Amino acid sequence: MTTGTLTAGRARFRLPRRQIPVLATLALLLVMYGIGVSQYQAFSNVQVIFNIFIDNGFLLVVAVGMTFVILTGGIDLSVGSVVAMTAMVSASLLQKGLPAALVLVIALLIGPTLGLLMGCAIHFFEIQPFIVTLAGMFFARGMCTFISGSSIPISDGFWTRMSQERIGDPRGNFVSISVLIAFAVVAVAAYTLAYTRLGRNVYAIGGNPQSALLMGLPVGRTRIAVYTISGLCSAIGGILLSFYTLSGAPLIAVGMELDVIAAVVIGGTVLTGGSGYVFGTVLGVLVLGVIQTLITFDGSLNSWWTRIVIGGLLFAFILFQRLVGIRYK
Amino acid sequence: MNDTMGRYRAMTGHRLFWPAAVLVVMLAANTIYRPGFLSIELKDGHLYGSPIDILRLSAPLILVALGMTLVISTGGIDLSVGSVCAISGAIACMYISRQPDQDSLPVVLTALAMAMGVSLVLGTWNGVLVAVIGIQPIIATLILMVAGRGLAQLITQGQIITINSDPFRAIGLGHLLTLPLAIFIALAAALLVAAFTRRTALGMIIESVGGNAEASRLAGIRSGRVIFLAYVLSATCAAVAGFMMTANVSSADGNAVGLWVELDAILAVVIGGTSLAGGRFFLSGTILGALIIQTLTTTVYAMNISPQTSLLFKAVVVIAVCLIQAPAFRARFTRRRSSAPPPSPIADKPKEQVPA
Repeated sequence: MTTGTLTAGRARFRLPRRQIPVLATLALLLVMYGIGVSQYQAFSNVQVIFNIFIDNGFLLVVAVGMTFVILTGGIDLSVGSVVAMTAMVSASLLQKGLPAALVLVIALLIGPTLGLLMGCAIHFFEIQPFIVTLAGMFFARGMCTFISGSSIPISDGFWTRMSQERIGDPRGNFVSISVLIAFAVVAVAAYTLAYTRLGRNVYAIGGNPQSALLMGLPVGRTRIAVYTISGLCSAIGGILLSFYTLSGAPLIAVGMELDVIAAVVIGGTVLTGGSGYVFGTVLGVLVLGVIQTLITFDGSLNSWWTRIVIGGLLFAFILFQRLVGIRYK
Repeated sequence: MNDTMGRYRAMTGHRLFWPAAVLVVMLAANTIYRPGFLSIELKDGHLYGSPIDILRLSAPLILVALGMTLVISTGGIDLSVGSVCAISGAIACMYISRQPDQDSLPVVLTALAMAMGVSLVLGTWNGVLVAVIGIQPIIATLILMVAGRGLAQLITQGQIITINSDPFRAIGLGHLLTLPLAIFIALAAALLVAAFTRRTALGMIIESVGGNAEASRLAGIRSGRVIFLAYVLSATCAAVAGFMMTANVSSADGNAVGLWVELDAILAVVIGGTSLAGGRFFLSGTILGALIIQTLTTTVYAMNISPQTSLLFKAVVVIAVCLIQAPAFRARFTRRRSSAPPPSPIADKPKEQVPA
């Protein structure tokens, strides 16, 4: 970007084009938060924001992984199932008495391995990502029930400590360790996308795979890498979820991939790839969190309104992206 | 023309070979595991048996997959079909449950008409988003997929609406000429779609739009209108499937009706040999694909494996079928890149992959 040397007037015209969607999400978030604060006194409590992070930490991590995949123009439907499978595997291994450290390593290896396999199938056999990750979703969900038909509680010392540890200020506001892990993942991902070769390659492939190939970029390696990253993020998300619920349940996180995709899109990432930011995804997850919180605060609205509002927001954002001239191919 | 038809036939035969082989292998495995699997018996003037059950239960999936085939062949995808099933079922059951006489035929017909009307509106919504506003299909239909579940629950107020209406039940469980009525409905829909697409130019127009919408537009085809039509048709098929699903259990559950049917339908279409990138479509392949999926589900039930674990088998079958077909796909794509094969006027520009 050479906007730095241009006049202020042109810079103002040029810069937003890429960032308008993210700014719009930010504006929406602020408006929604403003509505919440003006309607409910307790809403202005800092803990409300912290709670959104605590409740959605795993969603955030998974959405970050999905951002990578969507930036290359692909999609990963398997995330929800991989989250559940990771939680399930951890719970069942812990139940068998394996040490926590070993369980963590195993659980964190499963997701990326599945992601790697799916990436290879997508790249080498040229099967559409939609179908491959759909198969991955079926496989992971099937594995969950294969491990156990009912939920397995976790009583391991490390897990309970991670679940109950509160990091906070003297006034009683706190976050869980999961939130810090989620933030760390976000920071690493944002750095990777913005400042490393892999990140540049991801944007280049999303922009135009043919050009990227002609430029000599490692298209295959990058494509396989993003699905592996998404698998790793899902695995971390699964661990965070098992911290949060202290159990592994075969039917947990069903339909989570939709929430994740919605969060990424609301965060301004274009589904055809090549344009979007991790920061936008963070905002997208926050928007979903604030909607849930608003509906919880209201009390008279039923849970299905969450779905309808998310659908409406999706529509508004896509229409908006279309109007400000983000190119859809 | 004759030559083209001949080549088309040869290709269909080739493409249907593997899905058909998979189906035969599954049926054979079932028969070995349970020798009585293929037996059909006549009871009270109705035919009973596992094959009949598979046919009856696959009827909704066939319907949804038929609409999906057309949408996919225009280069799009319709994720909202499951939600449309839920909404159409919810509206029909809601209306019937509020009438004093649930058994009267006019009541049921009114309910069906109302639900069908709403589904047409939903299909129009999808069509407008994709064809008029130009939003990417996967995301345009994702909106309704997410919001539609909410709407279905809003209609039923989050409850499971149970009805007691014989005419409505007949859609799912009724019989005609000893066979379940659902089979005939699905068959009629398939024949109707096949007649309109293969006996008129519509099918070729759809394929050319899927091959390259812009080139088709320049060639004088109103691409927008064709794409729009595909989404409306898909919603219509989904609505009828929704009636069947709710009629099967005589109740509407906004959460459960048609859950994951969009994935099964896309799977059926892909197994049938239609490429997710658009272009050529194969109705017979789609029907075969739907039958494979239902046979797989029934097999898993029959073997006393939990329904959730059946997903494992589904994953294996998906991967197997896709891998078998993949090299052929690649060969086709490379040929398409260098020259435009008849009959669809596809430009020699490499096709954009749908990120789906």
